[in-house]
Amino acid sequence: MTAEATLERQGIDLAKRRSLLIEAGIVAAIALFFIFIVPLLLSGFRLSLMGRFLSLAIVALGIDLIWGYTGLLSLGHGVLFALGGYAIAMHLKLQIPPTASSQLPEFMTLYGVTELPWFWQPFYSFPFSALAVMLIPALLAALLGYLVFRNRIRGVYFSILTQAMTIIFFNFFNGQQKLINGTNGLTDFQTFFGVQVSAPSTQFVFYVVTVLLVVVAYAFCRWLTSGRFGRLLVAIRDDESRVRFSGYDPTGFKVLVFAVSGALAGIAGAMFTLQTGIISPKAMDIAFSIEMVIWVAVGGRASLVGAIIGALLVNFAKSLLSEQFPEVWLFLQGGLFLLVVMVLPSGLVGWLRTRGLELFRQITGKRKLSTYPALEEDPEVEHERKNLGD
Amino acid sequence: MTSILDGIFSGLSIGSILLLAALGLAIVFGLMGVINMAHGELMMLGAYTTYVVQNGFKSLGGVAFEFYIFVALIAAFIVAALVGLVLERGVIRYLYGRPLETLLATWGVSLILQQFVRSVNWVMAIGLVIFCVLFFGGMRLVAKRADFERIRGWAIAILLTLSTAISFLVGYLLAQSFKLAVTQPWFGAQNKDVTAPSWLRGGLPMGAYQLPYARIFIMLLTIACVVGVYLFLQKSPWGLRIRSVTQNRNMSACLGIPTQKVDALTFALGSGLAGVAGCAVSLLGSVGPNTGQNYIVSTFMVVVVGGVGKLEGAVIGALILGILEYVIGTGMLATLTTFQPLVDFFTFFATTSMAKVMVFFLIVVFLQFRPAGLFPQKGRTVDA
Repeated sequence: MTAEATLERQGIDLAKRRSLLIEAGIVAAIALFFIFIVPLLLSGFRLSLMGRFLSLAIVALGIDLIWGYTGLLSLGHGVLFALGGYAIAMHLKLQIPPTASSQLPEFMTLYGVTELPWFWQPFYSFPFSALAVMLIPALLAALLGYLVFRNRIRGVYFSILTQAMTIIFFNFFNGQQKLINGTNGLTDFQTFFGVQVSAPSTQFVFYVVTVLLVVVAYAFCRWLTSGRFGRLLVAIRDDESRVRFSGYDPTGFKVLVFAVSGALAGIAGAMFTLQTGIISPKAMDIAFSIEMVIWVAVGGRASLVGAIIGALLVNFAKSLLSEQFPEVWLFLQGGLFLLVVMVLPSGLVGWLRTRGLELFRQITGKRKLSTYPALEEDPEVEHERKNLGD
Repeated sequence: MTSILDGIFSGLSIGSILLLAALGLAIVFGLMGVINMAHGELMMLGAYTTYVVQNGFKSLGGVAFEFYIFVALIAAFIVAALVGLVLERGVIRYLYGRPLETLLATWGVSLILQQFVRSVNWVMAIGLVIFCVLFFGGMRLVAKRADFERIRGWAIAILLTLSTAISFLVGYLLAQSFKLAVTQPWFGAQNKDVTAPSWLRGGLPMGAYQLPYARIFIMLLTIACVVGVYLFLQKSPWGLRIRSVTQNRNMSACLGIPTQKVDALTFALGSGLAGVAGCAVSLLGSVGPNTGQNYIVSTFMVVVVGGVGKLEGAVIGALILGILEYVIGTGMLATLTTFQPLVDFFTFFATTSMAKVMVFFLIVVFLQFRPAGLFPQKGRTVDA
């Protein structure tokens, strides 16, 4: 390698590192803004909503990873989300003071269960529960993903199979009163590490943890998508057959990315459960899973920032509108699906990056040169156009 | 003996409803590779049409009421087919080649349709008509101008705001002057009951067991629909075109088949069949805005199991799923064996909803051996 090339390489590395540092700085600043300034700006109710929506942003990141980057449309993330929620909720339900009359979660005594079912036992331990939050959804996703992708089932087939999974889990959790309290779900949490779950100070801690988790999830996804792995994901999305022809087996990568996305959904579900104080089979509703996709679509596919922005935007719009005009919201949501698919296929962020930028330049009068090398400024071309053109 | 007969009959009857619902979906999916998430809502529209027709005939009274169901079937077909046609022309045709986007868009349509039947009233209906007349009429007028392409964006923006404003204003004035008469929802969020004609109530006695007439009627209807669709696809010139586009779209287009028309026609046909299915479903239980939601996932599974491209796939897939669901759901398997853990296992799944869980696992296992379903499309294409 010549000295010049090495120098150039170093230059590129330096520029890359600098832009990464700038990005990290911006992310840190936004995170600090959310932790210190936002609580001052919003009322208690809105702040708790913000915390919930931020945890939904984590699952949006996961969906962006598999849909935006890899082109797999999962309609079953509600299940993975709910499993994470159930894992942490089971831990919370086992925080029974030793003085209590029954050492079982209260719904079990109600249904006449006398002994703690075996699969509840490990949830006494917090480390196990925290791991389960990530691992159970990830393993489920990996299993389903492996069984499906192995046979090159893809596209719409994958989507409707994941959708069937939501129905299945919904039925299953709905029907098991004795094991997990059926339709009512797990709620009424008392303590967590010895403090009241519902106390405002605890809730604020959850909020801060959620903000930090969003940052971690963002950094993780950014790392995944920026390297070779990310390029492979995009290649799978754009032409899977060609990826296969060039010697890669996409199955493993698809399973892996589906599992990662499942883990993110699990974390999101856990944080959401901690802040809402309930997890029920409702989270496995078909509609909720598709709603998650629309957050990503609104924000912008294949854009991690877009996923977060989309989740926050759509959810705040939903909470504001459904407070005011409950019956209009479904119309709007349906319209949003149509609008995003037909008019804004790359979402808000995608639009800002392309058309928005153009518009901005038009308004400010700065012209962007679209040809290279600047054909429009070449005096020779200009001359010819003037004299030879019609 | 009677229990086995009962099992087969009930399974077939569940399967025939599934088949009726999945038939249209399978044709559309085979032709365009598009999963229509609004299929369930088209069924729901068919069911509501039945309800309206029934009310109409009820006011006529007498013998006419006994035969309303035939009118309702035709009306349901037409209403659903028209909505399907509008859906295809207005939305889906812009999304060909992007099946995942189509899925999301049709889901949006299904949400809108659900809310529409909940809150539709005279104000809304009149407002919609005024809006459509103003907007599309205006667009047609503007399109005659020579510089249409240049002013298109502006024309849409101005016409959209103007016609929205006018239709809202008219709606508001109507609501002010006529009050409740026009603002009351036609159907509301509550479920509506469809009364079957008297000859569909009761059942055919078979020893100790009764075969409900309504279910026999649905089975016959399903058979009629399958035969009708089969004949249409195999014997009519448009059926030939549909089959050819299903096999190879580009080649068909090269040979002069109007693929756009074929798409529109097929989608309308599939939607119309959904309407018929909705009419049939309304005989079994009450009709609500969420009626369609109960069926969509099962019908998708029929398409997955059956494979695309052949009618046989949908028929056999639906019957197998129907029978499986019934046999597992009633715990019939538990009585076949005496091995205790197996009995416990089967009784665990012996409810309608748990049977679905089991059937899903069986489907996933089945896909390990036949990833493309029972009757896969033959050929060696690489679908990008």
